[in-house]
Amino acid sequence: MTTVEELKKKVQELKAKLALTQGNTGPVRQKIDVMSSEVVDSNPYSRLMALKRMGIVDNYEKIRELSVAVVGVGGVGSVTAEMLTRCGIGKLILFDYDKVELANMNRLFFQPHQAGLSKVDAAAATLQNINPDVTIDAYNYNITTVENFQKFCDTIKTGSLTGGPVDVVLSCVDNFEARMAINTACNELDQKWFESGVSENAVSGHIQFIIPGETACFACAPPLVVASKIDEKTLKREGVCAASLPTTMGIVAGFLVQNTLKYLLGFGTVTHYLGYSALTDFFPTMSLKPNPQCDDSFCRARQTEFQARPQPVEVATEVTEDLAPVHADNEWGICLVDENVPEEEDSTNLKLTEGVQLAYTVPVDNSTPESSTGGAVAASELSLEELMQHLPDWKLPPLI
Amino acid sequence: MVDESTRKTLSSIPLLQTKAGPRDKELWLNRLKEEYQALIKYVQNNKEADNDWFRLESDKTGTYWFGKCWYVHNLLKYEFDLEFDIPVTYPTTAPELALPGLDGKTAKMYRGGKICLTDHFKPLWARNVPRFGIAHAMALGLGPWLAVEIPDLIEKGVITYQEKSEEADK
Repeated sequence: MTTVEELKKKVQELKAKLALTQGNTGPVRQKIDVMSSEVVDSNPYSRLMALKRMGIVDNYEKIRELSVAVVGVGGVGSVTAEMLTRCGIGKLILFDYDKVELANMNRLFFQPHQAGLSKVDAAAATLQNINPDVTIDAYNYNITTVENFQKFCDTIKTGSLTGGPVDVVLSCVDNFEARMAINTACNELDQKWFESGVSENAVSGHIQFIIPGETACFACAPPLVVASKIDEKTLKREGVCAASLPTTMGIVAGFLVQNTLKYLLGFGTVTHYLGYSALTDFFPTMSLKPNPQCDDSFCRARQTEFQARPQPVEVATEVTEDLAPVHADNEWGICLVDENVPEEEDSTNLKLTEGVQLAYTVPVDNSTPESSTGGAVAASELSLEELMQHLPDWKLPPLI
Repeated sequence: MVDESTRKTLSSIPLLQTKAGPRDKELWLNRLKEEYQALIKYVQNNKEADNDWFRLESDKTGTYWFGKCWYVHNLLKYEFDLEFDIPVTYPTTAPELALPGLDGKTAKMYRGGKICLTDHFKPLWARNVPRFGIAHAMALGLGPWLAVEIPDLIEKGVITYQEKSEEADK
Protein backbone atom coordinates (compact mmCIF):
# COMPACT_ATOMS: atom_id res chain seq x y z
CA MET A 1 0.00 0.00 0.00
CA THR A 2 1.18 3.50 -0.74
CA THR A 3 1.27 5.93 2.09
CA VAL A 4 -0.04 9.49 1.94
CA GLU A 5 3.57 10.73 2.05
CA GLU A 6 4.49 8.66 -0.96
CA LEU A 7 1.51 9.97 -2.88
CA LYS A 8 2.32 13.56 -1.93
CA LYS A 9 5.87 13.05 -3.11
CA LYS A 10 4.59 11.64 -6.38
CA VAL A 11 2.32 14.67 -6.85
CA GLN A 12 5.30 16.98 -6.33
CA GLU A 13 7.35 15.07 -8.89
CA LEU A 14 4.58 15.19 -11.45
CA LYS A 15 4.04 18.91 -10.84
CA ALA A 16 7.72 19.54 -11.44
CA LYS A 17 7.63 17.47 -14.63
CA LEU A 18 4.59 19.35 -15.88
CA ALA A 19 6.20 22.69 -15.17
CA LEU A 20 9.28 21.54 -17.08
CA THR A 21 7.31 20.56 -20.19
CA GLN A 22 5.38 23.82 -20.06
CA GLY A 23 8.70 25.59 -20.02
CA ASN A 24 7.86 27.89 -17.12
CA THR A 25 10.46 26.64 -14.78
CA GLY A 26 13.81 28.01 -13.80
CA PRO A 27 14.98 31.58 -14.05
CA VAL A 28 14.21 33.36 -17.30
CA ARG A 29 16.88 35.72 -18.49
CA GLN A 30 15.52 39.29 -18.50
CA LYS A 31 16.35 41.89 -21.14
CA ILE A 32 19.39 44.03 -20.50
CA ASP A 33 19.51 47.61 -21.79
CA VAL A 34 23.20 48.35 -21.77
CA MET A 35 26.07 45.86 -21.89
CA SER A 36 27.97 46.00 -18.65
CA SER A 37 31.53 44.93 -18.10
CA GLU A 38 30.92 44.31 -14.44
CA VAL A 39 32.23 40.88 -13.51
CA VAL A 40 29.37 39.29 -11.59
CA ASP A 41 27.69 35.90 -11.95
CA SER A 42 24.50 37.48 -13.23
CA ASN A 43 26.04 39.43 -16.12
CA PRO A 44 25.87 37.38 -19.37
CA TYR A 45 28.18 39.84 -21.12
CA SER A 46 31.01 40.09 -18.59
CA ARG A 47 33.36 37.69 -20.40
CA LEU A 48 32.66 39.32 -23.75
CA MET A 49 33.23 42.83 -22.41
CA ALA A 50 36.50 41.52 -20.95
CA LEU A 51 37.75 41.48 -24.55
CA LYS A 52 37.89 45.28 -24.27
CA ARG A 53 39.84 45.25 -21.03
CA MET A 54 42.29 42.84 -22.59
CA GLY A 55 42.73 45.12 -25.58
CA ILE A 56 41.44 42.67 -28.18
CA VAL A 57 38.35 44.64 -29.17
CA ASP A 58 37.93 48.42 -28.85
CA ASN A 59 34.18 48.75 -28.65
CA TYR A 60 32.52 45.41 -28.03
CA GLU A 61 29.15 46.95 -27.17
CA LYS A 62 28.88 48.13 -30.80
CA ILE A 63 27.70 44.59 -31.56
CA ARG A 64 24.31 45.59 -30.15
CA GLU A 65 23.78 47.94 -33.12
CA LEU A 66 24.71 45.40 -35.79
CA SER A 67 22.50 43.15 -37.92
CA VAL A 68 23.39 39.84 -39.53
CA ALA A 69 21.35 37.74 -41.97
CA VAL A 70 21.88 33.98 -41.74
CA VAL A 71 20.66 32.15 -44.83
CA GLY A 72 20.15 28.45 -44.15
CA VAL A 73 19.61 27.33 -40.57
CA GLY A 74 20.96 23.79 -40.82
CA GLY A 75 24.10 22.18 -39.41
CA VAL A 76 26.26 25.28 -39.91
CA GLY A 77 23.63 28.04 -39.85
CA SER A 78 21.97 27.08 -36.58
CA VAL A 79 25.30 26.96 -34.73
CA THR A 80 26.31 30.24 -36.37
CA ALA A 81 23.08 31.85 -35.19
CA GLU A 82 23.56 30.53 -31.66
CA MET A 83 27.12 31.88 -31.47
CA LEU A 84 26.00 35.32 -32.65
CA THR A 85 23.08 35.27 -30.21
CA ARG A 86 25.37 34.45 -27.30
CA CYS A 87 27.72 37.21 -28.44
CA GLY A 88 24.81 39.66 -28.14
CA ILE A 89 24.37 40.59 -31.80
CA GLY A 90 21.81 43.39 -32.26
CA LYS A 91 19.63 41.66 -34.84
CA LEU A 92 19.52 38.28 -36.51
CA ILE A 93 17.51 37.56 -39.64
CA LEU A 94 17.03 33.87 -40.35
CA PHE A 95 16.04 32.32 -43.69
CA ASP A 96 15.24 28.65 -44.30
CA TYR A 97 12.32 26.68 -45.73
CA ASP A 98 13.10 23.32 -44.21
CA LYS A 99 11.59 21.54 -41.22
CA VAL A 100 13.48 19.99 -38.31
CA GLU A 101 13.76 16.21 -38.76
CA LEU A 102 15.09 13.45 -36.56
CA ALA A 103 17.66 12.86 -39.31
CA ASN A 104 19.18 16.22 -38.27
CA MET A 105 20.02 15.01 -34.76
CA ASN A 106 23.60 14.07 -35.62
CA ARG A 107 24.18 17.82 -35.86
CA LEU A 108 24.24 20.45 -33.11
CA PHE A 109 21.56 22.84 -31.86
CA PHE A 110 18.16 21.32 -32.70
CA GLN A 111 16.51 18.87 -30.30
CA PRO A 112 14.26 15.86 -30.92
CA HIS A 113 11.16 17.56 -29.51
CA GLN A 114 11.45 20.21 -32.24
CA ALA A 115 10.98 17.67 -35.05
CA GLY A 116 8.28 18.84 -37.42
CA LEU A 117 8.65 22.55 -36.62
CA SER A 118 10.04 24.90 -39.24
CA LYS A 119 13.77 25.36 -38.67
CA VAL A 120 13.53 29.15 -38.48
CA ASP A 121 10.70 29.12 -35.93
CA ALA A 122 12.32 26.45 -33.78
CA ALA A 123 15.65 28.30 -33.92
CA ALA A 124 14.08 31.69 -33.17
CA ALA A 125 12.36 30.30 -30.06
CA THR A 126 15.54 28.72 -28.68
CA LEU A 127 17.69 31.74 -29.48
CA GLN A 128 15.24 34.22 -28.00
CA ASN A 129 15.29 32.21 -24.80
CA ILE A 130 19.10 32.19 -24.70
CA ASN A 131 19.32 35.94 -25.25
CA PRO A 132 16.17 38.10 -25.24
CA ASP A 133 18.23 41.19 -26.14
CA VAL A 134 18.61 40.00 -29.73
CA THR A 135 15.95 41.05 -32.23
CA ILE A 136 15.18 37.95 -34.29
CA ASP A 137 13.26 37.88 -37.57
CA ALA A 138 12.47 34.51 -39.13
CA TYR A 139 11.55 33.91 -42.77
CA ASN A 140 10.31 30.51 -43.83
CA TYR A 141 10.69 30.43 -47.63
CA ASN A 142 12.92 29.27 -50.46
CA ILE A 143 14.94 32.27 -51.65
CA THR A 144 15.59 30.89 -55.14
CA THR A 145 12.08 31.31 -56.55
CA VAL A 146 11.25 34.52 -58.40
CA GLU A 147 8.75 35.90 -55.90
CA ASN A 148 10.73 35.02 -52.77
CA PHE A 149 13.99 36.29 -54.21
CA GLN A 150 12.58 39.80 -54.41
CA LYS A 151 11.39 39.58 -50.78
CA PHE A 152 14.84 38.30 -49.83
CA CYS A 153 16.57 41.24 -51.56
CA ASP A 154 14.23 43.74 -49.91
CA THR A 155 14.87 42.23 -46.48
CA ILE A 156 18.65 42.38 -46.95
CA LYS A 157 18.35 45.98 -48.15
CA THR A 158 16.19 47.22 -45.28
CA GLY A 159 16.67 44.64 -42.55
CA SER A 160 19.07 46.40 -40.18
CA LEU A 161 18.05 47.83 -36.81
CA THR A 162 17.99 51.28 -38.43
CA GLY A 163 16.10 50.20 -41.55
CA GLY A 164 19.18 50.14 -43.78
CA PRO A 165 21.07 47.21 -45.30
CA VAL A 166 22.21 44.46 -42.94
CA ASP A 167 25.87 44.59 -41.93
CA VAL A 168 26.75 41.21 -43.35
CA VAL A 169 25.02 38.20 -44.92
CA LEU A 170 26.16 34.71 -43.92
CA SER A 171 25.47 31.92 -46.39
CA CYS A 172 25.01 28.62 -44.58
CA VAL A 173 23.06 26.88 -47.32
CA ASP A 174 23.75 23.40 -48.62
CA ASN A 175 23.31 23.75 -52.36
CA PHE A 176 24.73 25.51 -55.39
CA GLU A 177 21.40 27.06 -56.45
CA ALA A 178 20.89 28.91 -53.17
CA ARG A 179 24.53 30.08 -53.11
CA MET A 180 24.16 31.50 -56.60
CA ALA A 181 20.93 33.23 -55.56
CA ILE A 182 22.70 34.86 -52.59
CA ASN A 183 25.59 35.80 -54.87
CA THR A 184 23.23 37.40 -57.38
CA ALA A 185 21.46 39.37 -54.66
CA CYS A 186 24.66 40.55 -52.96
CA ASN A 187 26.30 41.62 -56.23
CA GLU A 188 23.21 43.64 -57.12
CA LEU A 189 22.89 45.18 -53.65
CA ASP A 190 26.66 45.67 -53.20
CA GLN A 191 26.35 43.67 -49.99
CA LYS A 192 29.33 42.04 -48.30
CA TRP A 193 28.78 38.39 -47.44
CA PHE A 194 30.46 35.23 -46.27
CA GLU A 195 30.02 31.96 -48.10
CA SER A 196 30.47 28.78 -46.08
CA GLY A 197 30.25 25.12 -46.91
CA VAL A 198 30.93 21.59 -45.82
CA SER A 199 31.62 18.92 -48.43
CA GLU A 200 29.09 16.15 -49.03
CA ASN A 201 31.53 13.61 -47.61
CA ALA A 202 31.69 15.68 -44.39
CA VAL A 203 35.49 15.78 -44.18
CA SER A 204 36.27 19.19 -45.61
CA GLY A 205 34.85 22.68 -45.49
CA HIS A 206 35.58 26.33 -46.18
CA ILE A 207 34.55 29.91 -45.64
CA GLN A 208 35.00 32.74 -48.13
CA PHE A 209 34.55 36.50 -47.69
CA ILE A 210 32.99 38.15 -50.71
CA ILE A 211 33.28 41.92 -51.09
CA PRO A 212 31.56 42.65 -54.42
CA GLY A 213 34.07 44.03 -56.93
CA GLU A 214 37.02 43.57 -54.60
CA THR A 215 37.27 39.80 -54.01
CA ALA A 216 36.12 36.97 -56.27
CA CYS A 217 32.38 36.45 -56.21
CA PHE A 218 30.79 33.00 -56.17
CA ALA A 219 30.19 33.14 -59.93
CA CYS A 220 33.77 34.24 -60.79
CA ALA A 221 34.91 30.62 -60.99
CA PRO A 222 33.49 27.13 -60.56
CA PRO A 223 33.10 26.24 -56.87
CA LEU A 224 36.35 25.75 -54.96
CA VAL A 225 36.97 22.50 -53.18
CA VAL A 226 39.54 21.63 -50.59
CA ALA A 227 41.48 18.58 -51.72
CA SER A 228 40.26 15.74 -49.54
CA LYS A 229 43.02 13.31 -50.52
CA ILE A 230 40.29 10.84 -51.38
CA ASP A 231 40.23 9.39 -54.85
CA GLU A 232 36.79 10.24 -56.26
CA LYS A 233 36.60 6.76 -57.75
CA THR A 234 36.91 5.10 -54.37
CA LEU A 235 34.28 7.33 -52.83
CA LYS A 236 31.23 5.16 -52.38
CA ARG A 237 28.02 6.98 -53.06
CA GLU A 238 25.70 4.01 -53.07
CA GLY A 239 22.36 4.78 -51.51
CA VAL A 240 23.32 8.16 -50.08
CA CYS A 241 23.33 11.78 -51.11
CA ALA A 242 25.32 13.39 -48.37
CA ALA A 243 27.05 12.59 -45.11
CA SER A 244 27.48 15.02 -42.23
CA LEU A 245 29.43 15.34 -39.00
CA PRO A 246 28.71 17.74 -36.12
CA THR A 247 32.47 18.27 -35.78
CA THR A 248 33.15 19.58 -39.29
CA MET A 249 30.02 21.71 -39.21
CA GLY A 250 30.87 23.12 -35.80
CA ILE A 251 34.40 23.97 -36.94
CA VAL A 252 33.17 25.71 -40.08
CA ALA A 253 30.54 27.64 -38.07
CA GLY A 254 33.31 28.66 -35.65
CA PHE A 255 35.51 29.91 -38.51
CA LEU A 256 32.55 31.74 -39.98
CA VAL A 257 31.49 33.56 -36.83
CA GLN A 258 35.08 34.30 -35.79
CA ASN A 259 35.70 36.10 -39.06
CA THR A 260 32.29 37.75 -38.92
CA LEU A 261 33.13 39.17 -35.48
CA LYS A 262 36.54 40.33 -36.70
CA TYR A 263 34.89 42.08 -39.64
CA LEU A 264 32.04 43.61 -37.63
CA LEU A 265 34.09 44.79 -34.67
CA GLY A 266 37.26 45.57 -36.58
CA PHE A 267 39.90 43.45 -34.92
CA GLY A 268 42.49 41.07 -36.33
CA THR A 269 42.60 40.16 -40.02
CA VAL A 270 39.53 38.96 -41.84
CA THR A 271 40.28 35.95 -44.03
CA HIS A 272 39.27 36.02 -47.67
CA TYR A 273 39.32 32.24 -47.91
CA LEU A 274 39.94 29.62 -45.26
CA GLY A 275 39.70 25.93 -46.07
CA TYR A 276 39.70 22.90 -43.81
CA SER A 277 40.63 19.32 -44.59
CA ALA A 278 39.64 17.09 -41.69
CA LEU A 279 41.65 14.06 -42.78
CA THR A 280 44.96 15.87 -42.87
CA ASP A 281 44.30 18.80 -40.49
CA PHE A 282 45.15 21.14 -43.30
CA PHE A 283 43.95 24.77 -43.40
CA PRO A 284 44.71 26.53 -46.70
CA THR A 285 44.15 30.29 -46.90
CA MET A 286 44.34 32.68 -49.80
CA SER A 287 43.02 35.87 -51.30
CA LEU A 288 41.02 35.74 -54.51
CA LYS A 289 40.76 38.48 -57.10
CA PRO A 290 37.51 38.80 -59.05
CA ASN A 291 37.33 37.46 -62.60
CA PRO A 292 37.12 40.37 -65.11
CA GLN A 293 35.08 38.04 -67.35
CA CYS A 294 32.71 36.99 -64.59
CA ASP A 295 29.32 35.79 -65.85
CA ASP A 296 27.51 38.07 -63.42
CA SER A 297 27.15 41.54 -64.94
CA PHE A 298 26.72 43.13 -61.51
CA CYS A 299 30.01 41.59 -60.38
CA ARG A 300 31.73 43.20 -63.37
CA ALA A 301 30.04 46.54 -62.60
CA ARG A 302 31.22 46.35 -58.96
CA GLN A 303 34.74 45.60 -60.19
CA THR A 304 34.69 48.76 -62.32
CA GLU A 305 33.44 50.79 -59.35
CA PHE A 306 36.09 49.32 -57.10
CA GLN A 307 38.89 50.11 -59.54
CA ALA A 308 37.62 53.68 -59.89
CA ARG A 309 37.88 54.23 -56.15
CA PRO A 310 41.20 55.45 -54.77
CA GLN A 311 42.98 52.42 -53.35
CA PRO A 312 44.14 52.69 -49.76
CA VAL A 313 47.90 52.98 -49.58
CA GLU A 314 49.25 49.88 -47.98
CA VAL A 315 51.20 50.83 -44.93
CA ALA A 316 54.36 48.83 -44.91
CA THR A 317 54.88 47.33 -41.52
CA GLU A 318 58.43 47.08 -40.47
CA VAL A 319 59.60 43.54 -40.45
CA THR A 320 62.39 42.82 -38.08
CA GLU A 321 64.14 39.78 -39.27
CA ASP A 322 66.83 37.95 -37.48
CA LEU A 323 69.45 37.64 -40.14
CA ALA A 324 71.73 35.39 -38.19
CA PRO A 325 71.75 31.87 -39.65
CA VAL A 326 69.61 29.45 -37.69
CA HIS A 327 72.19 26.73 -37.95
CA ALA A 328 75.72 28.03 -38.37
CA ASP A 329 77.20 24.63 -39.04
CA ASN A 330 75.65 22.02 -41.22
CA GLU A 331 77.19 18.80 -40.04
CA TRP A 332 74.90 16.52 -42.07
CA GLY A 333 74.85 18.58 -45.23
CA ILE A 334 71.10 19.06 -45.08
CA CYS A 335 69.71 21.39 -47.70
CA LEU A 336 66.25 22.44 -48.84
CA VAL A 337 64.99 21.16 -52.16
CA ASP A 338 62.57 23.28 -54.11
CA GLU A 339 59.55 21.06 -54.60
CA ASN A 340 57.63 23.59 -56.65
CA VAL A 341 56.95 22.35 -60.12
CA PRO A 342 56.06 25.06 -62.61
CA GLU A 343 52.31 24.94 -63.01
CA GLU A 344 50.12 25.54 -65.98
CA GLU A 345 48.64 28.99 -66.28
CA ASP A 346 45.10 29.05 -65.00
CA SER A 347 42.65 30.31 -67.56
CA THR A 348 40.43 32.01 -65.01
CA ASN A 349 43.40 33.98 -63.73
CA LEU A 350 42.67 32.71 -60.24
CA LYS A 351 45.66 32.11 -58.08
CA LEU A 352 44.63 29.16 -55.99
CA THR A 353 46.64 28.14 -53.02
CA GLU A 354 47.97 24.63 -52.70
CA GLY A 355 45.35 22.12 -51.64
CA VAL A 356 42.43 24.02 -53.12
CA GLN A 357 41.08 23.27 -56.56
CA LEU A 358 38.10 24.01 -58.77
CA ALA A 359 35.22 21.56 -58.57
CA TYR A 360 35.27 21.41 -62.38
CA THR A 361 36.45 23.46 -65.31
CA VAL A 362 34.34 25.43 -67.72
CA PRO A 363 35.56 26.28 -71.22
CA VAL A 364 36.52 29.95 -71.47
CA ASP A 365 35.49 30.08 -75.08
CA ASN A 366 31.76 29.54 -75.26
CA SER A 367 31.81 28.95 -79.00
CA THR A 368 32.43 25.21 -78.67
CA PRO A 369 28.98 23.83 -78.03
CA GLU A 370 28.18 20.25 -77.19
CA SER A 371 27.62 18.53 -80.51
CA SER A 372 23.95 18.35 -81.28
CA THR A 373 22.42 16.85 -84.38
CA GLY A 374 19.19 18.43 -83.23
CA GLY A 375 20.70 21.78 -84.10
CA ALA A 376 19.86 24.97 -82.36
CA VAL A 377 16.29 26.04 -81.85
CA ALA A 378 15.21 28.22 -84.74
CA ALA A 379 13.21 31.32 -84.01
CA SER A 380 9.67 30.08 -84.11
CA GLU A 381 6.86 31.69 -85.99
CA LEU A 382 4.51 30.42 -83.34
CA SER A 383 3.71 32.49 -80.29
CA LEU A 384 4.52 31.26 -76.83
CA GLU A 385 0.83 30.52 -76.22
CA GLU A 386 0.64 28.46 -79.38
CA LEU A 387 3.80 26.60 -78.46
CA MET A 388 2.40 25.86 -75.02
CA GLN A 389 -0.49 24.09 -76.70
CA HIS A 390 1.37 22.87 -79.74
CA LEU A 391 1.02 19.15 -79.44
CA PRO A 392 -2.57 17.97 -79.13
CA ASP A 393 -1.49 15.33 -76.65
CA TRP A 394 0.83 17.67 -74.85
CA LYS A 395 -1.68 18.02 -72.06
CA LEU A 396 -2.60 14.99 -70.06
CA PRO A 397 -5.99 13.49 -70.74
CA PRO A 398 -8.20 13.73 -67.67
CA LEU A 399 -7.55 10.92 -65.26
CA ILE A 400 -10.18 8.23 -65.32
CA MET B 1 29.04 9.15 -66.26
CA VAL B 2 26.91 9.83 -69.31
CA ASP B 3 26.47 6.56 -71.17
CA GLU B 4 26.38 6.17 -74.94
CA SER B 5 22.60 6.07 -75.29
CA THR B 6 22.14 9.16 -73.11
CA ARG B 7 24.75 10.94 -75.18
CA LYS B 8 22.88 10.01 -78.35
CA THR B 9 19.55 11.16 -76.91
CA LEU B 10 21.16 14.36 -75.75
CA SER B 11 22.68 15.12 -79.13
CA SER B 12 19.28 15.07 -80.85
CA ILE B 13 17.74 17.68 -78.57
CA PRO B 14 18.01 21.18 -80.02
CA LEU B 15 20.32 23.53 -78.17
CA LEU B 16 19.02 26.80 -76.73
CA GLN B 17 20.50 30.21 -77.39
CA THR B 18 19.03 32.89 -75.18
CA LYS B 19 20.76 33.31 -71.88
CA ALA B 20 17.93 34.65 -69.77
CA GLY B 21 16.28 33.81 -66.49
CA PRO B 22 12.80 34.49 -65.16
CA ARG B 23 13.78 37.98 -63.97
CA ASP B 24 14.73 39.05 -67.50
CA LYS B 25 11.20 39.92 -68.67
CA GLU B 26 11.23 40.05 -72.52
CA LEU B 27 14.32 37.89 -72.95
CA TRP B 28 12.81 35.30 -70.64
CA LEU B 29 9.85 34.96 -73.01
CA ASN B 30 12.31 34.21 -75.82
CA ARG B 31 14.03 31.65 -73.64
CA LEU B 32 10.70 30.12 -72.73
CA LYS B 33 9.83 29.72 -76.41
CA GLU B 34 13.13 27.95 -76.94
CA GLU B 35 12.46 25.73 -73.94
CA TYR B 36 9.11 24.71 -75.37
CA GLN B 37 10.56 24.09 -78.82
CA ALA B 38 13.33 21.90 -77.41
CA LEU B 39 10.88 20.00 -75.20
CA ILE B 40 8.44 19.44 -78.06
CA LYS B 41 11.25 18.09 -80.21
CA TYR B 42 12.50 15.85 -77.41
CA VAL B 43 9.03 14.41 -76.78
CA GLN B 44 8.66 13.82 -80.52
CA ASN B 45 12.02 12.02 -80.60
CA ASN B 46 10.95 9.89 -77.66
CA LYS B 47 7.67 8.99 -79.28
CA GLU B 48 9.43 8.02 -82.51
CA ALA B 49 11.83 5.85 -80.55
CA ASP B 50 8.89 4.32 -78.68
CA ASN B 51 10.32 5.73 -75.48
CA ASP B 52 7.78 8.34 -74.47
CA TRP B 53 8.32 8.82 -70.76
CA PHE B 54 7.04 12.17 -69.49
CA ARG B 55 4.55 14.99 -69.89
CA LEU B 56 5.34 18.46 -68.73
CA GLU B 57 3.62 21.84 -68.77
CA SER B 58 4.21 25.18 -67.13
CA ASP B 59 2.20 27.96 -65.60
CA LYS B 60 1.81 31.17 -67.63
CA THR B 61 5.04 32.70 -66.35
CA GLY B 62 7.03 29.58 -67.18
CA THR B 63 8.57 29.54 -63.71
CA TYR B 64 6.59 26.60 -62.32
CA TRP B 65 6.53 23.29 -64.22
CA PHE B 66 4.53 20.21 -63.45
CA GLY B 67 3.50 16.96 -65.05
CA LYS B 68 4.09 13.26 -64.88
CA CYS B 69 6.84 10.85 -65.71
CA TRP B 70 6.71 7.11 -65.85
CA TYR B 71 8.98 4.13 -65.91
CA VAL B 72 8.26 0.66 -67.24
CA HIS B 73 9.63 -2.23 -65.20
CA ASN B 74 8.77 -5.86 -65.96
CA LEU B 75 6.07 -4.67 -68.36
CA LEU B 76 4.36 -2.63 -65.64
CA LYS B 77 4.14 1.12 -65.80
CA TYR B 78 4.96 3.12 -62.68
CA GLU B 79 3.93 6.74 -62.76
CA PHE B 80 5.09 9.71 -60.70
CA ASP B 81 4.14 13.35 -60.33
CA LEU B 82 6.92 15.68 -61.34
CA GLU B 83 7.36 19.35 -60.47
CA PHE B 84 9.98 22.05 -60.23
CA ASP B 85 10.49 25.80 -60.06
CA ILE B 86 12.77 27.72 -62.36
CA PRO B 87 15.21 29.42 -59.96
CA VAL B 88 16.16 33.09 -60.34
CA THR B 89 19.67 31.98 -61.25
CA TYR B 90 18.49 29.86 -64.21
CA PRO B 91 20.02 28.93 -66.63
CA THR B 92 23.33 29.30 -64.77
CA THR B 93 22.00 26.74 -62.31
CA ALA B 94 19.96 23.76 -63.48
CA PRO B 95 16.35 23.29 -62.41
CA GLU B 96 15.95 21.08 -59.34
CA LEU B 97 13.61 18.35 -60.54
CA ALA B 98 11.38 16.91 -57.83
CA LEU B 99 9.21 13.81 -57.48
CA PRO B 100 7.28 14.77 -54.32
CA GLY B 101 5.53 11.40 -54.18
CA LEU B 102 8.84 9.69 -53.46
CA ASP B 103 9.96 12.16 -50.77
CA GLY B 104 11.31 10.24 -47.81
CA LYS B 105 11.32 6.92 -49.68
CA THR B 106 14.89 7.02 -50.93
CA ALA B 107 18.14 8.49 -49.68
CA LYS B 108 18.91 9.67 -53.22
CA MET B 109 16.79 12.72 -52.67
CA TYR B 110 16.95 16.08 -51.02
CA ARG B 111 14.04 17.69 -49.14
CA GLY B 112 10.77 17.95 -50.98
CA GLY B 113 11.63 15.06 -53.28
CA LYS B 114 14.32 16.86 -55.25
CA ILE B 115 16.34 14.19 -56.99
CA CYS B 116 20.01 13.82 -56.12
CA LEU B 117 22.04 14.04 -59.31
CA THR B 118 25.45 12.56 -59.99
CA ASP B 119 28.65 14.49 -59.66
CA HIS B 120 28.80 14.61 -63.43
CA PHE B 121 25.52 16.40 -64.01
CA LYS B 122 26.40 19.81 -62.62
CA PRO B 123 29.79 20.15 -64.35
CA LEU B 124 28.20 19.08 -67.64
CA TRP B 125 25.40 21.60 -67.13
CA ALA B 126 27.88 24.35 -66.19
CA ARG B 127 29.92 23.69 -69.33
CA ASN B 128 26.83 24.05 -71.48
CA VAL B 129 25.24 27.22 -70.12
CA PRO B 130 23.04 28.56 -71.76
CA ARG B 131 22.67 25.86 -74.41
CA PHE B 132 21.10 23.24 -72.14
CA GLY B 133 17.50 23.64 -71.12
CA ILE B 134 14.74 21.76 -69.35
CA ALA B 135 14.71 19.02 -72.01
CA HIS B 136 18.40 18.38 -71.37
CA ALA B 137 17.84 18.30 -67.61
CA MET B 138 15.17 15.67 -68.17
CA ALA B 139 17.35 13.55 -70.46
CA LEU B 140 20.51 13.93 -68.43
CA GLY B 141 19.09 14.16 -64.91
CA LEU B 142 15.73 12.56 -64.39
CA GLY B 143 15.98 9.84 -67.06
CA PRO B 144 19.13 8.17 -65.67
CA TRP B 145 17.88 8.71 -62.09
CA LEU B 146 14.65 6.81 -62.78
CA ALA B 147 16.56 4.04 -64.55
CA VAL B 148 18.74 3.44 -61.51
CA GLU B 149 16.38 4.20 -58.63
CA ILE B 150 12.98 2.87 -59.69
CA PRO B 151 13.94 -0.80 -60.21
CA ASP B 152 15.72 -0.66 -56.87
CA LEU B 153 12.71 0.86 -55.08
CA ILE B 154 10.39 -1.72 -56.66
CA GLU B 155 12.70 -4.51 -55.58
CA LYS B 156 12.73 -3.20 -52.03
CA GLY B 157 8.94 -2.98 -52.06
CA VAL B 158 9.04 0.75 -51.37
CA ILE B 159 6.87 1.44 -54.39
CA THR B 160 4.18 -0.88 -55.68
CA TYR B 161 2.35 -1.09 -58.97
CA GLN B 162 -0.92 0.86 -59.09
CA GLU B 163 -3.48 -0.60 -61.46
CA LYS B 164 -5.36 2.49 -62.60
CA SER B 165 -2.42 4.67 -63.59
CA GLU B 166 -2.05 2.32 -66.58
CA GLU B 167 -5.12 3.69 -68.36
CA ALA B 168 -4.54 7.31 -67.52
CA ASP B 169 -1.78 7.94 -70.00
CA LYS B 170 -3.00 5.94 -72.96
